[in-house]
Amino acid sequence: MTDISQLTGQAFWLPVIFIGLMALAFFIYAILDGYDLGVGILLPNNNEQQRDTMIASIGPFWDANETWLVLGIGILLIAFPSAHSLILFHLYLPITVMLAGLILRGVAFDFRAKAPADHKELWDKIFKTGSLLATLSQGYMLGMYVMGFEQSVAAIFFAALSAICVTAGYSFIGAAWLVMKTEGELQQRAAVWARRCGWLMALGIIAVSIVNPLVSETIFTKWFGSPLFIVLLTIPVFCFLLLFIVERYLKLFPYPNDFGCWIPFASTCMIFLLSFIGLAYSFFPYVVPGQLDIWQAASAPESLMFILYGIVVVLPTIIIYTIFSYKVFWGKATQLKYY
Amino acid sequence: MLDTFILSRIQFAANISFHILFPTITIALCWFLFYFKIRYNRSGDEVWMRAYRFWVKVFALTFALGVVSGITMSFQFGTNWPGYMETVGNIAGPLLGYEVLTAFFLEATFLGIMLFGIDRVSNRIHTFATFLVAFGTSMSAFWIIALNSWMQTPTGFEMRDGVAYPTDWLAIIFNPSMPYRLSHMLVASGLTAAFLIAGISAYRILKGDHKPAPRLALKTATIAAAILIPIQIFLGDMHGLNSLHHQPAKVAAIEAVWHTEKGAPLVLFAIPDKETQSNKFAIEIPKMASLILTHKMDGELKGLNEFPNAHPPVAPLFYGFRIMVGIGTLMLLVSWWGCWCYWRKQEIPPLLLKVFVGMTFSGWIATLAGWYVTEIGRQPWLVTGVLATADAVTKTPATNVGISLTVYLTLYVVLLFAYVRTLFLMARKSVLVDRPEEVETLQEKLISAQNAH
Ligand code: HDD
Ligand code: HEM
Ligand code: HEM
Repeated sequence: MTDISQLTGQAFWLPVIFIGLMALAFFIYAILDGYDLGVGILLPNNNEQQRDTMIASIGPFWDANETWLVLGIGILLIAFPSAHSLILFHLYLPITVMLAGLILRGVAFDFRAKAPADHKELWDKIFKTGSLLATLSQGYMLGMYVMGFEQSVAAIFFAALSAICVTAGYSFIGAAWLVMKTEGELQQRAAVWARRCGWLMALGIIAVSIVNPLVSETIFTKWFGSPLFIVLLTIPVFCFLLLFIVERYLKLFPYPNDFGCWIPFASTCMIFLLSFIGLAYSFFPYVVPGQLDIWQAASAPESLMFILYGIVVVLPTIIIYTIFSYKVFWGKATQLKYY
Repeated sequence: MLDTFILSRIQFAANISFHILFPTITIALCWFLFYFKIRYNRSGDEVWMRAYRFWVKVFALTFALGVVSGITMSFQFGTNWPGYMETVGNIAGPLLGYEVLTAFFLEATFLGIMLFGIDRVSNRIHTFATFLVAFGTSMSAFWIIALNSWMQTPTGFEMRDGVAYPTDWLAIIFNPSMPYRLSHMLVASGLTAAFLIAGISAYRILKGDHKPAPRLALKTATIAAAILIPIQIFLGDMHGLNSLHHQPAKVAAIEAVWHTEKGAPLVLFAIPDKETQSNKFAIEIPKMASLILTHKMDGELKGLNEFPNAHPPVAPLFYGFRIMVGIGTLMLLVSWWGCWCYWRKQEIPPLLLKVFVGMTFSGWIATLAGWYVTEIGRQPWLVTGVLATADAVTKTPATNVGISLTVYLTLYVVLLFAYVRTLFLMARKSVLVDRPEEVETLQEKLISAQNAH
């Protein structure tokens, strides 16, 4: 690991800023593409009209949501090129699967509305399969990353667990999105889906929290050997508190006047945030767990400064017009009509 | 043997070739849409809005394919060409980063409003959203072409310990070949979109569509093509002169000049033979190549013999260039013929309609041919004089690359088939919709009345 006391000025803080920005991009990605991938996974086989509404609820957003992945991977590439090569080298095949999944769902979205009527159901199946492939492979990659790309049975088992857990998480946030954006029968169905996925995700979080410190000594000492242990404990406690709130809320669903339809979605975002903080705490300052820290992997300061100017101006603008776009499509999803 | 290197090259070529098909259409198609929208706003004439509506659907489909194949592209560098980022990452990274920041988010976000927002925002904001998407796609082309041109003609950097460090960002972005490459590419996109619009509109008319919208679209596209093609030929000529200056080996391969020569002939057609270093069955115009490239009858052209073992393969460049220029010439003839018909008879005869249908995707072929010339012409370098392609490749086992390549190729074949089929299907569907104008005008009046205040 780099001796931090040797670093001064830009050489120290530029990599810190960029790892923060990268984490932000991946976090926003997990929330935003999380819900639209989740909606894809949940598409019911038996109700075309509900499928239409579900897809309409993500129609105006999915493209911009996916762009956060491009930004995240872009920052990894710009700021930490050697980590970028190393990570993508180890994840070659899962990335292929993920890309195939993203390709399939991205195009199915458009083809379903334009292809001959009797092909629509096929494209919907492709949409669902593509979403599932993408989430499973993302979860698998997260698991492999956490395990430092170890090639052992235990690591693969852990990665498989993580694949299921991430898929459950995405489905959960997708269902929560539908509770917020739809009404009537579909909304009630979504509430049921959300409860099921919530349970699965809770189990997953527990499993990961137990397995992770067991298999990795660094993580163990970071969490249990730290004087901050009590502070750190609030992360899982809050997570389960939020899960409990959502569970209670959904159990008594529906409410008059659509009371609190945003509660599950907002809580899920918080849960994602807490898990994300936990993960980041476990690994900082490594970009490749146990192998490369952010200062070892960082690219030239003159390149980082050049792009930082741009980010400072452009990122707030992007956030503003993203909010604008969500405001334009505020409220319950309606039929999508092209004009 | 198919090793990781060859497979990675095939995979990169397959991915980018598939990707570029869609951006070439969307970059210009969106400006066409903006034009339709402006005409509608100015005149209030429904027919412009009908054209907009049909083509915005095509745009949405094409855009989706562009996005998903583009995401594949952005992973390529890390998965298959790690040496690329490790050597020139300090330069390529920020340029790619600016593309994401200034272009991708802009187009992706406002696309939603452009496609689905017309009854949720005012007409002005909707027009503005269309403009922003068009602007975003052009910005995207700007940054990626800046990077690609820098790889062809690198400037503004210094090498320290085998890694490139930026010294002058303006010199990097506006490198010597960038203005030519960017303008040639943007006009190529204009031509590709124009012939797509013309082809599909002609198809609709041939299938018995009597509505005014396809006729109007056909006319707009024909005139646009007729204006763009001479510009493109001029730009291409300038581009070639620029390449002669910076990458003489590439131009020697394009013209199949094996030995340095004064007053070199223009080889119209031949079969270049690597073994004997000469052209078989050549059809030539004496002194023409020297005249075009040096603007002197007896100007000297450097031959491939001056670059022993370091020149790109001749055949793909030679043929690729002739395919591009051949299609360019065809485009000139067809679009001017169309304009002549409009001028004399106010109408396009069925024969020409059929020609237009046949040329629907001609822009794709010319664009791909042009890119192959450019990219293969850079070999054996990845970044001219800085990094050899073979030094950048991944250590991933060949089986892995073989698997991913198979997955991609299968997807691409299926999707390309589905895309082309769907375009023609949409065209046929729109023929059957019998004059829905009246109904929709009414609805629209209601909507615009609501939005008026
Ligand atoms: C930003 C960079 C960039 C851009 C915009 C393009 N290329 Fe490229 N191209 C490369 C960066 C690159 C590369 C990374 O430098 C490759 C990979 C392997 C190689 O030899 O160069 C390459 C190789 C490469 C090859 C293989 C050449 C060979 O190995 O003999 C082909 C056929 C193309 N490209 C085609 C295209 C097309 C159709 C493009 C249209 C968009 C295109 N390239 C844009
Ligand atoms: C090798 C280099 C390339 C990479 C890495 C790349 C990467 C990408 C990515 C990631 C996207 C999706 C962005 C989104 O989410 O909206 C995209 C789309 C796009 N790319 Fe590329 N691209 C490359 C080459 C090109 C070239 C050469 C052009 C044009 C001249 C181009 C123009 C576009 C445009 C206009 C889009 C918007 C989507 C569309 O129009 O369909 N790209 N590209
Ligand atoms: C008819 C006259 C034309 C001439 C003289 C011409 C000339 C050229 C030259 C010399 C290059 C290679 C640049 C290099 O050295 O790297 C090139 C590339 C290219 N051409 Fe053309 N071209 C013509 C027509 C067209 C047409 C009709 C299209 C498409 C519709 C087109 C699309 C392209 C593209 C996409 C490239 C690669 C990108 C670039 O380098 O700009 N060209 N052209």
